[in-house]
Amino acid sequence: MAVSKNHKKTSAPKKVKVETTINGEATEFLCEPRQSLLEVLRDVLEMTGSKEGCLTGDCGACTVLVDGRPVCSCLMLGVEAQDKNITSVEGLAVGAKLHPLQQKFLEDASLQCGVCTPGFLMSAKALLDKNPNPTEAEVRYALAGNLCRCTGYDKIVHAVLDVAQEGRR
Amino acid sequence: MAESTNGHYKVIGTRPIRHDGVDKVIGRAKYGADYAFPGMLFGKVLRSPHAHAIIRSINAEKALKLPGVKAVVTSADLPEAEDKTEQVGEAALNPRHLSMNILARGKALYDGHAVAAVAATSPHIAEEALRLIEVDYEVLPPVMTVEEAMKPGAEILLPNLRNKEEGDNPTNVAQHLQFKRGDLEAGFRAADFIVEREFHTAMVHQGYIEPHNAVGIWNADGQGTIYCSTQGPFEVRSLSAQVLGVPVGKIKVVPAEIGGGFGGKTTIYLEPLSLLLSRHTGRPVKLVMTRSEVLRASGPTSGSTIKIKAGCTRDGRITAAQCWLAYEAGAFPGSPVGAGAMTILAPYAIENLLVDGYDVVVNRPKTAAYRAPGATNAAFAIETVIDELAEKCGIDPLDFRVMNGSKEGTAQLIGPPYRRIGYIETVEAIKNSPHYKSPLTGPNRGRGVATGFWFNAGMQSSAVVNIHSDGTASVVTGSPDIGGSRASMAMITAEVLGLPITDVRPLVTDTDSIGQCDVTGGSRVTFATGTAVYEAAQDAARQLRERAARVWEKKPEDVELRDGMLHAKDASVAPMSIKQLAGRLARTGGPVSGRASVNARGVGPAFAATCVDIEIDPDTGKIQILRCTVAQDAGKAIHPSYVEGQLQGGTAQGLGWALNEEYVYDTEGHLRNTGFLDYRIPTCLDLPMIETIVVEVPNPGHPLGVRGVGEVSIVPPPAAVANAIYRATGIRMTELPMSPPRVLKAILKHGRGQEVQSAAAR
Repeated sequence: MAVSKNHKKTSAPKKVKVETTINGEATEFLCEPRQSLLEVLRDVLEMTGSKEGCLTGDCGACTVLVDGRPVCSCLMLGVEAQDKNITSVEGLAVGAKLHPLQQKFLEDASLQCGVCTPGFLMSAKALLDKNPNPTEAEVRYALAGNLCRCTGYDKIVHAVLDVAQEGRR
Repeated sequence: MAESTNGHYKVIGTRPIRHDGVDKVIGRAKYGADYAFPGMLFGKVLRSPHAHAIIRSINAEKALKLPGVKAVVTSADLPEAEDKTEQVGEAALNPRHLSMNILARGKALYDGHAVAAVAATSPHIAEEALRLIEVDYEVLPPVMTVEEAMKPGAEILLPNLRNKEEGDNPTNVAQHLQFKRGDLEAGFRAADFIVEREFHTAMVHQGYIEPHNAVGIWNADGQGTIYCSTQGPFEVRSLSAQVLGVPVGKIKVVPAEIGGGFGGKTTIYLEPLSLLLSRHTGRPVKLVMTRSEVLRASGPTSGSTIKIKAGCTRDGRITAAQCWLAYEAGAFPGSPVGAGAMTILAPYAIENLLVDGYDVVVNRPKTAAYRAPGATNAAFAIETVIDELAEKCGIDPLDFRVMNGSKEGTAQLIGPPYRRIGYIETVEAIKNSPHYKSPLTGPNRGRGVATGFWFNAGMQSSAVVNIHSDGTASVVTGSPDIGGSRASMAMITAEVLGLPITDVRPLVTDTDSIGQCDVTGGSRVTFATGTAVYEAAQDAARQLRERAARVWEKKPEDVELRDGMLHAKDASVAPMSIKQLAGRLARTGGPVSGRASVNARGVGPAFAATCVDIEIDPDTGKIQILRCTVAQDAGKAIHPSYVEGQLQGGTAQGLGWALNEEYVYDTEGHLRNTGFLDYRIPTCLDLPMIETIVVEVPNPGHPLGVRGVGEVSIVPPPAAVANAIYRATGIRMTELPMSPPRVLKAILKHGRGQEVQSAAAR
């Protein structure tokens, strides 16, 4: 219909400087107060491993750990990351060495399209960090905030139980 | 890694780690929404708040004045497309309807229908701009169900829509199709038992976790590129070219990783808008749907009304069946009622039948494909009736199916009789399963079984197999990998060449870099693209034999390739590995690159059978799935883990469809459940482990026996759950979903307490 020739400064809110720790590294970023942590991770810091599935906290694809607790990063503001310790899927592997959950998800074919996988890995890590010997029911309870539409969850639950099992050996 | 279970195969049938896996577990895999380019703008779409309304005018002046807004487009920016039906690939397409679904023209036809699109320097500014666009609507009464739409004097959605039977009268019925065989009346006269029931199923969504996305870049030279998550990059190219009125060759589509599709990402929504906005602004433009937009305005599958009358003799032979199906197409023609009509009786050999199907437009989003489109609705109806007939005869429901089941030589509704199929084997696999043989005890519990059919698809595919200088290979196709198919392509290549699986690298490339590959759908990738890969690998093998022959100064037919080694048949020279030969390609004629293109025939139909145990809470109507087993004929499982994954995933979707999922509209046609909180797909707390039985009755139409496994497992679960509810309560459920309110209502109507308990005790 029409192209705008308007090049005026936008009315976007003033950016805030945030100091935080992401995947073990001291990190500073500028963000608008209205930007979610997910938006900051993806669009400001170019860490696109955390996925957007719903923006309402229902699907869990954007799950990160905040001081060890699983949080939907779409429900947290970027400015709230100040002085927090954030772990995203990019921080799970140590160098080229995969986290046992990552390795087991591959071996057990626990992903199909893979878009929910980062969120599942983070929720599963939060569970196993707290409870290294979960029952199947405990695994299902801990992962119930993460939606997967491809797998029917069977191979995901198996992978988490397998990691726990191997941890016991 | 497990050993291959299949005799002479070395790679096929094993479970290697998928090649694209590491990128996906470390967060490096790039999905459509992960793409970013310098200078990129962000687009948003203004959507109709009305289900049915005339658009009198659109005024974007205020939006364009908002700093940061770069362009606003409406249907006036798209060429007028012709109102006609044409074939695009296997699907019928009306270019005008396609264009009108991208941006409404004259009328908004559903809540969420795209009306205008904005590009701005940030998504937040684009969103603000939407609020500044003024649209003058004249609201019309919405038509929400097939019953309302088919009533004489119904409000008409598309004034130009006609069907053959109603001549020149405007209608909401886009098509009536009919299949007949034998003498229906005689068939019913021969029946000792007749069951007649009417079923209703709700509109449901594929529910992929990744929303639709597209980044469009229009260059000054008139070439456009679209990066998007799609099942069909070649379809995105042809359909976007159609909508934009540019030649197909002017558009390149780069398929990103795709976060689920299930049929819903086989058409276009944002893709042409991204290019259109880029053409207006000269900058890359990215659009990503919100979850609410996905539910309101992408393509769910039809809700339906299905009436069945079927009869059988006392000894369990089906004598006649009559089926009437009406499917919601959404705002434009094209529901999967044809597939529903053709699949509904496909598992059974029935001499006398009549099937009528109606494709009906309603003020809901235009439906798109969803895993075995149309078949699940149909199976819910027929498989419940079959269960009832079996019960009347006092015959086990699986035995009843074996007695009446389709096999090689059984007539199909259209086309030649079945070739080798595995329906009977699939039903017997459930009959012999530990699950079906186990006792089920306890109050309010029941076990149900049901079966399903899906055609599967062939269509066009292309593949290239390159031999690299170190003796490794890459296999390139244009079929987006939605559930592990790249691993299968690599495995087929490795098997043919005799290479270790880790020496073959599979890739999915863009529409300029490979020949046509039709949509990743119809369970066709491992079958059809797999055929192209098999032939391309054979082509590469043939060239390798020729090169070895040249080195050895022999004839090519005197050289064979076994287990990655080239042998002279007369054993006159020492064998040479592909690796050794690969280093000498430059001196023997240049690189080796095998290629093949197919329009795959020999499609092998797929059957599935499902057994579920449920427990029903008589106070709330909530159903818990206690145990679930699915058997499916894969023909040949290339990578068993991902075959099992397809069985499990389809079953989970079928259970969601059975238990919870539905589009809930208010009386004015507004969708009321536009998020995952209220459009409730199963979580892992809702499901047990899903046991799988992979049946392998080879498809005679494929070099490796592959049938394709992506779809049919979704078909049986709703009927299986309904049949289980009957065993638990004595109640026949005839509506989907069987959500707590509906089940509770049925229990209360049926008389709760005593009766529920006594039925369960049977």
